[in-house]
Amino acid sequence: MRIALFVTCLGDVLFPDVGKATVAVLERLGHEVVFPADQTCCGQMHTNTGYQGDAVGLVRHHVEVFEQALAEGAEAVVAPSGSCAGSVRHQHAMLARRAGDERLAVRAEAVAAKTYELSELLVDVLGVTDVGASYPHRVTYHPTCHSLRMLRVGDRPVQLLRQVRGIDLVELAAADSCCGFGGTFSVKNADTSTAMLADKMSAVLATRAEVVTAGDASCLMHIGGGLSRLRTGVRPVHLAEILASQS
Amino acid sequence: MTGVFLGMPSGRVPGPPADVAVGQLTGDRPFPVAAREALGDSRLRRNLAHATSTIRAKRAHVVDEVPDWEALREAGSAIKADTLARLPELLEQLEANVTARGGVVHWARDAAEANAIVTGLVRSTGADEVVKVKSMATQEIGLNEALEAAGITALETDLAELIVQLADDRPSHILVPAIHRGRAEIRDIFVRRMPGVDPDSLTDDPAVLAAAARVHLREAFLRARVAISGANFGVAETGTLAVVESEGNGRMCLTLPETLITVMGIEKVVPAWTDLEVFLQLLPRSSTGERMNPYTSTWAGVTAGDGPQDFHLVLLDNGRSRVLADEAGRSALHCIRCSACLNVCPVYERTGGHAYGSVYPGPIGAVLTPLLTGLTGGDDPNDSLPYASSLCGACYDVCPVKINIPELLVQLRAEHTEAHADRHRIPSPEAAAMAAAAWVMGDGDRFAKAGRAAGAVRHGIRKGRPVLPLPPPLNGWTASRDIPKPPAETFRDWWSRTRGADS
Repeated sequence: MRIALFVTCLGDVLFPDVGKATVAVLERLGHEVVFPADQTCCGQMHTNTGYQGDAVGLVRHHVEVFEQALAEGAEAVVAPSGSCAGSVRHQHAMLARRAGDERLAVRAEAVAAKTYELSELLVDVLGVTDVGASYPHRVTYHPTCHSLRMLRVGDRPVQLLRQVRGIDLVELAAADSCCGFGGTFSVKNADTSTAMLADKMSAVLATRAEVVTAGDASCLMHIGGGLSRLRTGVRPVHLAEILASQS
Repeated sequence: MTGVFLGMPSGRVPGPPADVAVGQLTGDRPFPVAAREALGDSRLRRNLAHATSTIRAKRAHVVDEVPDWEALREAGSAIKADTLARLPELLEQLEANVTARGGVVHWARDAAEANAIVTGLVRSTGADEVVKVKSMATQEIGLNEALEAAGITALETDLAELIVQLADDRPSHILVPAIHRGRAEIRDIFVRRMPGVDPDSLTDDPAVLAAAARVHLREAFLRARVAISGANFGVAETGTLAVVESEGNGRMCLTLPETLITVMGIEKVVPAWTDLEVFLQLLPRSSTGERMNPYTSTWAGVTAGDGPQDFHLVLLDNGRSRVLADEAGRSALHCIRCSACLNVCPVYERTGGHAYGSVYPGPIGAVLTPLLTGLTGGDDPNDSLPYASSLCGACYDVCPVKINIPELLVQLRAEHTEAHADRHRIPSPEAAAMAAAAWVMGDGDRFAKAGRAAGAVRHGIRKGRPVLPLPPPLNGWTASRDIPKPPAETFRDWWSRTRGADS
């Protein structure tokens, strides 16, 4: 299958290893990955901070880029992020309609219908849970809010992780509680965000895991930023990187 | 009836906010400032974490056992949407049926009108004391304070509401107004403020505390000539009012006094008696985590020789017509005040209800309060409420009437930035930064260059901290978290280096 990668703005600029790992997993499974070079951002930060006018421009750009990729033979779009896939699927058409652009809304819905978060693509579309990975580390998985409650990915990431050779997967207490990131919430309400982060970190530390993983680089940046500041020695690793690993 | 604006839907409400709500809906400082103080209160944090996690587990248990829960939520949402679509007609039907059954209906545009009506009604009975059933509507309008100013003592009879009243405190939760108090604190409040309490025999055992309150209240129930209540539902087709409660103290108030005055928000009307079937399943499971609440009282007008012989219904607008006219915000009026969203909210759990400033705290408060009072784009504390959420979505999952609170929060943020832009000639630094980011992200080449620029400043970060301190609000991040060092090469540059200019 030809799959267009939406690497996300954060993944492109700050966490390129997540994109590289996504490519590695999909190619190992025999699929072709294309990277539409004009892609930028889904606009979620603008939408969720109250700048819908700015966001609509980004929605239009995203739709143009990925409808072209789909027209050129890609059968699916994958994002290694529950949050960005959630933005495409649950916000793009709504933003276009609020801006009075019904045509864009319909085009956005067509792109959204082909857009998957990584674990959804692997389990639902490609029908695999064993991607041939090995990762001999103690790992705990944090289900991010938007994968869980917007996309409803359920236990798909865990199904994938369970098949990884050598992994010691330990359950996280109160796993479905938000880590406190919330985009600009983390700076606008930094104290409350930090209080939420403190509880998430103590749950992570209680697992005695070496690695905390999730399907969103943004939430991992938050959890990892706290774990690093406190010199806990626990490192954040994206789900895609574990699935790509053959150590 | 007076000329109450019943808010025929007409898109967003512009212009001078003559129709905004007044009452106990606005605090004295923005949410982040109030939250900071609450976050440092370890006793509050413990009380809230314990209470909300207990009630969360109870709710989850009794909801999971209902096979058609999702269908019930759909039904609840559909009934509310239908009600709001024909609110004027249903309210007039309710008025006609209450009147036909011997009640008197009053229409209050806002808190001041409602308080004046109720005060006048109590005065006309000659009573200088009333007993009260727990009611959010009367909290919203500050009725107790208005009555006190008129020389009338209002006694709260719901146990938690009584605790709050005795402590000269404010409620911090829709259902459990004293949720921020532990039982040792409650004992201290009773010892200091409850007349006739014996400090030596009063322990902090919940049963002992409840017994002390029972003695204190029982006398008042028997003495009271006037009771004041809210209403969970008002049935248009029959003129029936309904109050749902746990303690039975509400039942005492609703049956013993001669005069009963009920203050009901206009959105609490439901079309038909059979609609209660849906809500009486949704409400107790969502709020207290019980299959059925212990006391459900219903009454229609006046029944000779049975219960209050003088019944008044005060229909309260106080900003609701304004919310109804807001196409996006309208669904907030579906709320049945169950407080399930508070109990699952990670922000509420850590900050408590007082940080929100309004009698409506938590996720529903963060949307309902600014919808009722209006967003100013200035320095009104309620302008901060739509941002008091990480948009984690837990509230939407549990809402029994399917209010999409995260989507409403996002919409209110947009209305807030627009109101801010309308009010200020110069864009805020945030608006300017967002516009600049949108310009950069509007084009792949521009974004590629920006990504490379980020890589170039990677040496400006040492041990997770920027060498040059970040300006506010970005320093809110670095206060408690390290920042990642940008990579030497962006993903797209890696792709183009290793795969050619393939697209």
